[in-house]
Amino acid sequence: MALLEVDNVHSYYGNIHALKGISLTVEKGEIVTLIGANGAGKSTTLKTISGIVRPRLGSVRLAGEDLSAFPAHEIVGKGLSQVPEGRGVFARLTVMENLEMGAYIRDDAKQIATDIERVFNIFPRLKERQKQVAGTLSGGEQQMLAMGRAMLARPKVLLLDEPSMGLAPILVEGIFDTIQAINEEGTTVLLVEQNALMALQIAHRGYVIQTGEIVLQDDAKALQKNEMVQKAYLGVD
Amino acid sequence: MTLNWKQVGQYGFIMGIAVWYVSLVGMVETFDSRGIIDGTMLTLGRALLLTIGLGMGYVTAWKVAKGNWATGLITSLISGIIGGVMAALLVIIIDTTNIRAMFVNASPALVEILTFDQESLAVGLMMLAGSLIACSVAGGVIALLPHLIRRAVISGLLAVLLMGMLGELLTVVLNRFDLTEALADFLYGRNGLSVIGAISVFIFFAAVSTLWATQKEKMQSGVENLPATQRRALSWGLIVVSVLFLILLPQAVGPYISQILVLVGLYAMMGLGLNIEIGLAGLLDLGFVGFFAIGAYTVALMTTTGELGVSGTAIADYSNFWVAIPIAVAVSAFAGVFLGIPVLRMRGDYLAIVTLGFAEIIRILVLSDFLRPILGGAQGVLNIPKPAVAYVNQIANQLPFYFQSVLFFFVSTDGRIKDPAHFYYIILIGCTLIGFVAYRLQYARIGRNWMAIREDEDVAEAMGINLIASKLLAFGIGAAFAGLSGAIFAAQVGSVFPHSFGLIVSINVVSLVIIGGSGSIPGVIVGSLVLVGLPELLREFAEYRLLIYGALLIVMMLVRPEGLWPSDTVRREMQSDEDVEPVPVGQTVPRSV
Repeated sequence: MALLEVDNVHSYYGNIHALKGISLTVEKGEIVTLIGANGAGKSTTLKTISGIVRPRLGSVRLAGEDLSAFPAHEIVGKGLSQVPEGRGVFARLTVMENLEMGAYIRDDAKQIATDIERVFNIFPRLKERQKQVAGTLSGGEQQMLAMGRAMLARPKVLLLDEPSMGLAPILVEGIFDTIQAINEEGTTVLLVEQNALMALQIAHRGYVIQTGEIVLQDDAKALQKNEMVQKAYLGVD
Repeated sequence: MTLNWKQVGQYGFIMGIAVWYVSLVGMVETFDSRGIIDGTMLTLGRALLLTIGLGMGYVTAWKVAKGNWATGLITSLISGIIGGVMAALLVIIIDTTNIRAMFVNASPALVEILTFDQESLAVGLMMLAGSLIACSVAGGVIALLPHLIRRAVISGLLAVLLMGMLGELLTVVLNRFDLTEALADFLYGRNGLSVIGAISVFIFFAAVSTLWATQKEKMQSGVENLPATQRRALSWGLIVVSVLFLILLPQAVGPYISQILVLVGLYAMMGLGLNIEIGLAGLLDLGFVGFFAIGAYTVALMTTTGELGVSGTAIADYSNFWVAIPIAVAVSAFAGVFLGIPVLRMRGDYLAIVTLGFAEIIRILVLSDFLRPILGGAQGVLNIPKPAVAYVNQIANQLPFYFQSVLFFFVSTDGRIKDPAHFYYIILIGCTLIGFVAYRLQYARIGRNWMAIREDEDVAEAMGINLIASKLLAFGIGAAFAGLSGAIFAAQVGSVFPHSFGLIVSINVVSLVIIGGSGSIPGVIVGSLVLVGLPELLREFAEYRLLIYGALLIVMMLVRPEGLWPSDTVRREMQSDEDVEPVPVGQTVPRSV
């Protein structure tokens, strides 16, 4: 049984049929990436998994437990933590307060303190700026903060929505290195990306989504060599 | 360095237009009845004109010269000349042509005020233009002074203006006691401050402001270096002193100011409630008066001895103010949650409109024929008895004489709470209670929820925050506070009418929360003192109240958008806006997407 199972999910925005039967699985310890063009349904898939969008059909199961009965805020407690698109840090709160919000669902103060230290070890920049207001951080730092904050919920699966968006190329590489590091520490990652090249380099497996349907799935290595993926997403002629 | 002459001209023009405006709407003439300094020509009306001169001169030198003395003096002189000439022009126009058909206030009396009561028009015009120019230059000089001196001068001037303006009231208060009567005689003449009084006031407040600015940090560090026991003793001492001050205050200032304090307190309670909705949870509620009305009507209907009341029924014996209060709070809280349910999915402006409609629905329901048999329609609910305290006389008899008089601070001899001073204490208790609850909530887990929701609802939900419960709690608690305020209001006034619960009350409360400093508890108190207390003190200018109020709102939002006493979050944001480290090129992203 896979850790996260998405089974034939159909989601709608009003009358728009956004997801037309998405199925995917994430095994424990994996990085799985979902790549696709703008508007293909990547973010909707993540929102459906985290309960912000309700599927009309199909189910999402985490470690065998069906999540569709739970509201979004309780799903966080089940072990799914999302880094929303556009980072979404609390701009007027400090870095430290943002991190503490990440541990909102936990009440083990001591363990939280050590976890915050762990985040600071991964992102030393955040430690330097822990008293700074998050809105004044640079884009890369905000992305680090959002990821660190999501980790503080101690998720079984970390959902990342376009972590490279709006970042300078030099920073993008750093972000993907960090994702790999987080994964090696034992966190399972579902990564949604437009930057297919980078995503496939660090992922174990990948899914390609087009207009609400999974059209391809394979090992990341194999996808990198796939002709259709190369043409459409990697810019190789 | 090239000067921005256009800007200088603009400031001068604004000065002129402002002078025209306040003259033609009649403010100058109305305000002229109050003197600032006795025996001089400085009345409140003229002070208004001169303040405009000072203010615009200050702005000119501040914005254009940026600390350069020569340009500061020249630019403020020039904008002063423009303003002065425009003012003189106004007098000439009024004097030569009859424009009263359009501008009722362009009267000979106005000309007299503007020309400083001079026989000759020419001399008067010179004085008018000259004084505006002088004020403008003086304003420029103030702007250029070093920080400390500037601060002292501004505080001194403001104090003279305020104390002169409130002279009548302050003399009444000071004359209540022999000791302070001498002070009143020294400071005040027949109409406003005496010359010597004005000078003393200026020096005193300038000195106090300087002392505060220079010694504050030293005092703070001194206190911090004290051993823990002494520090605790000090803070307890401070608490005791302020409690004593608050208890003795209404006894010292008399019934009129007590009544104003009651009103300030009622608004402060509402403000603390709305502060939870707007300041913490970011839910813009424009219909807050609805909950105030619900609290007031609950107490009114439960306790009135009139025909709408419960007298004659089985529960009549139990229906008194003390029983009605918690019920009123509970009913309001319930109404808050009830309103919250349909608006849970709404944000920002949509929410504001819905709440606006809610308050109107309540008011119109109360006014309707349909509910008239229950709520009394436009006639309202009358004959609400004053809260009674049982056994007052028996208790008083047991007490030694000294404590008897203290007991009658709180309640009158017939065992009723009826004077403004008596209600002051009820409201003081209410404010303290609400302030304490609000403070604890703000720093508790739920306070964090609210703040996160205010910053970003979606992210807050992704953190695992229950949006529905948190928002409903914000609505419920805010409404409960307003209900308590309304309940006390009903008992104090003795009758409730739908007209007491108009939109203007909601607007007042929103304004005082924002002017005070959104999200800040002391800010709400300061805001209600400024926005409710001050206008009450200037009752005789009631027709210009809203005008001044509006102007104050605009100026505040331009000059100090964070409020008079900003919350930590906002203070931090304002600070960090000033000293953000430059982000390297290529890393910039829009803030808080």
